[in-house]
Amino acid sequence: MHASVQIRAAATFLSGALGVVLIAAVLQLPRDAAGLTRLVDDELTRAGVTHAVTAVLLDFRAYDTFLEIGVLLLAALGSLAIRRTVDLRDIVPIAVPGPVLAVMTRVVVPIMVLTGGYLLWLGTHAPGGAFQAGAVIAAAAILALLAGRRSITALGPRAFPALLASGFITFQAVAWFLLIGGRRLLDYPPAIAGELIVVIELAVTVAVAVGLAGLFAAAHPRDDD
Amino acid sequence: MTPFLIYAVIAVAIFTVGLRGLLVQPHLLRKVMALNLMGSSVFLLLVAIARRNADPAPDPVPHAMVLTGIVVAVSSTALALAVARRLYAATGRDHLPDVDDDA
Repeated sequence: MHASVQIRAAATFLSGALGVVLIAAVLQLPRDAAGLTRLVDDELTRAGVTHAVTAVLLDFRAYDTFLEIGVLLLAALGSLAIRRTVDLRDIVPIAVPGPVLAVMTRVVVPIMVLTGGYLLWLGTHAPGGAFQAGAVIAAAAILALLAGRRSITALGPRAFPALLASGFITFQAVAWFLLIGGRRLLDYPPAIAGELIVVIELAVTVAVAVGLAGLFAAAHPRDDD
Repeated sequence: MTPFLIYAVIAVAIFTVGLRGLLVQPHLLRKVMALNLMGSSVFLLLVAIARRNADPAPDPVPHAMVLTGIVVAVSSTALALAVARRLYAATGRDHLPDVDDDA
């Protein structure tokens, strides 16, 4: 079953050759280029948030984030399609035996959800934001699942897809709202840029949390598989 | 060797290891891991590029791209694992059929 010696040698040679080319490319990068730091700094006053990374994610390159949320939605829908149901309620969480996980979950999960909220709030002016917040909340949901509690699997076949799609739908609603208002795609009016970013971030947090936890739960095979 | 070059060359080395693993490892789980290794090396390169110059403030654009990339990598990994698990449940196989494999 293992690849033959020739295939292994060819793969090693191919990867090595590509590595040499890539190192040559990396060495040719200009050493002291400022990149886009200055440009971002100059435009930061027109963005709705004061933290540069959040401004890039949700303002200057918002379409990246828009499509990324789309990828997360597609991956979750793909996993659900493979499972052939959007209903996760048939998953019965089985607790890993032992007292430590149960007690720790009871203490840690609320703190994690709180941390997620804090990270979301922090994102406007310091490192943090919707993805970090969503990831922490998703981790809390998965931890609860492993401790034998219903978390993401309590959501019904209507609520789960709705929350899953909330980020993509909100992003799209804002995009259409701006396009119809005569602006370019996701080009926020400076006066309400901050508010729009907070609305999108809230929805993206929910979508990332439900999406990541849902991807974990959806990998659980159905009984008839 | 500036720190940027050290990180960049290491990123290329990790990428190469991941690519070789993707090509020669028959087990699907290992292929997914190799793909993730390649993705992580790209993130390492991007973070290094953000600190290329002597400027204390790193370039926020590559950082934002890494954040975007992480979510995409996690999503695609989860989907790949779901497909692999389904393949195993349906056929009992944990690898793709060989070209000369009749099964």
